[in-house]
Amino acid sequence: MRKLTVFLVLMVLLVISCLTMAADEIYIPVISKGFQHQFWQAVRTGAEQAAEDYGVRITYEGPASETEVAKQIDMLQTVLDKAPDALVFAALDSKAAIPLLEQADDAGIPIIAFDSGVDSDIPLATAATDNYAAAGKAADRMAELIGYQGKIALIVQDQTSHTGVQRRDGFIDRIEEKYSEIEIVDVQYGGGDHLKSTDLAKAIMQAHPDLDGFFGANEGSAVGVINAATELNKAGDIIIIGFDSGNLQLNAIRSGLMAGAVTQNPVGIGYRAVEAAVKAIRGEELPEVIDTGFYWYDKNSIDSSVVKPLLYE
Amino acid sequence: MNTELITGNQKNLFIKSESKQKLLAFASLIVMFIIFSLASSNFATFSNVVGILVSTAVTGVLATGVTFIIITGGIDLSVGTVMTFGSVMTGVFITFWGLPIYMGILGGLAAGALAGLVSGTLVAKLKIPPFIATLGMMMVAEGLNLVISGTKPIYFIQRPAFRKIAMGTVLGIPLSVYIFLGAAFIASLILDRTVFGRYTYALGSNEEAARLSGINVDRWKMAIYTLGGFFSGLAGVLMASRLNSAQPALGSGYELEAIAAVVIGGTSLSGGQGTILGTIIGAFIMSVLTNGLRILSIPQEWQTVIIGAIVILAVYSDILRRRKG
Repeated sequence: MRKLTVFLVLMVLLVISCLTMAADEIYIPVISKGFQHQFWQAVRTGAEQAAEDYGVRITYEGPASETEVAKQIDMLQTVLDKAPDALVFAALDSKAAIPLLEQADDAGIPIIAFDSGVDSDIPLATAATDNYAAAGKAADRMAELIGYQGKIALIVQDQTSHTGVQRRDGFIDRIEEKYSEIEIVDVQYGGGDHLKSTDLAKAIMQAHPDLDGFFGANEGSAVGVINAATELNKAGDIIIIGFDSGNLQLNAIRSGLMAGAVTQNPVGIGYRAVEAAVKAIRGEELPEVIDTGFYWYDKNSIDSSVVKPLLYE
Repeated sequence: MNTELITGNQKNLFIKSESKQKLLAFASLIVMFIIFSLASSNFATFSNVVGILVSTAVTGVLATGVTFIIITGGIDLSVGTVMTFGSVMTGVFITFWGLPIYMGILGGLAAGALAGLVSGTLVAKLKIPPFIATLGMMMVAEGLNLVISGTKPIYFIQRPAFRKIAMGTVLGIPLSVYIFLGAAFIASLILDRTVFGRYTYALGSNEEAARLSGINVDRWKMAIYTLGGFFSGLAGVLMASRLNSAQPALGSGYELEAIAAVVIGGTSLSGGQGTILGTIIGAFIMSVLTNGLRILSIPQEWQTVIIGAIVILAVYSDILRRRKG
């Protein structure tokens, strides 16, 4: 009797799940590199917007910090077990994810990469900022603002991630190629930690009292440079350029403490990635790279209709 | 009474090596300072020295609190994220609730103390090893910080007076430095001159003897972890004030810096001995070293290697000296 009940309950559950699955909309899990930084929250906003526009269901998740490669692989495994219709993925470590991506590919699940590419041809498309080019743009602005000569320094988030490396190299290569009168005196890494970046920037400013310009390659790094300049009363003496946005950086630009910054389009990244996934499910052709663009903004353009939607507080 | 005797003896036994340790640590601090001053003319400037003091303040306060816990033979891995918990709660009180700044600060301190009390209860009452209990607390606080703040930083921009707590200056030196040194001085008095301090050593020297002699070990342990949490809360307030924001994702990693400062300062991880002055010197050694290497533009990868090696060396020299007696 009990066996029969269990059997019946199981059958009912099976039928219900089949029915709901049949009736269910398209399911696309989005796995990001994290969720703590405002950047990832903005990506999420874009992804959710696209999900609404295209009538698909998404889930958005990511590990607590951008170093937890193994945790992200676990998350990837879990969503693949749910047999999604497509997968949107920003790899923390592009090589580590390849076996699972191959497995998904074999199962016929279309994969779209975002933020940083995967070293594999499995993803049908990658929606990302060209960080190398964006940092090059920042270098051009820096050169212009300091009068094409002088000493500059950099604080970068780290020396291992794709974005960290691209932004550092994009900036340094452009300076070395085009502006021979500008000397890069120091490059240090603050892990995006506001406090550490502040102390780092301060030490660099102490070591080079005649510094003309300073580039902070992400939000935490840029805020560190701003803090250091404020604490040392160097506001106005050093041209500060940032990357990304966030409340403190926006304030510094409005008050003139920071000359300007390059911003990505995080909402656009999320939107275009989910959009690409929907198109892939429909069998449409996709470009290999979806360049989501970047913008230089300063005091004058910060509230413009083009820039404003890209910034997050 | 028995315990008084035991701890008294323990202290007398080690007093020589402790003062030697302090002397050695202090001497290395001076030597480092001289070397960096000679190597770079930008090191021994007023503003750089003030910079070193300011950057020592946060980890120094953390390390001061954790010294008590390490003297009892325990450990607190949660001080970094509890510090952030203190800063996030200060942000909630001041920015979300619009409370007066002093109440926000008290709230931040209370939040830190509360987290410490929970860790202390887990250790004392539930007998969970400190390493595990505080590891759990570290993760709980990390998660709570994100939940409470809605994963967003909390800014104090609307309340400019808040920034003065850490960055307002007296005689050209930011207040955070005075607060740090003041807190360390009070902690030192507590440890040296009060029953609280005496029992802290007693728990670390021989917990069983302390229990047998009638000390309410559990209650004192809870009090000591609460004090540690209170100092984490204070560090959190200083950090929030300096950064003008509570950054909920920050914090993990700072516990190891604090513990390193305590250990360099001669406090033994096996408990029973250690001083606040040693910890302060340890914290300064860490930040003078970091600052000096940065001023010399040593590549950062190598900075990390050098600092790690110094931590090992400091502890090893301590062990060697103790072995010699």
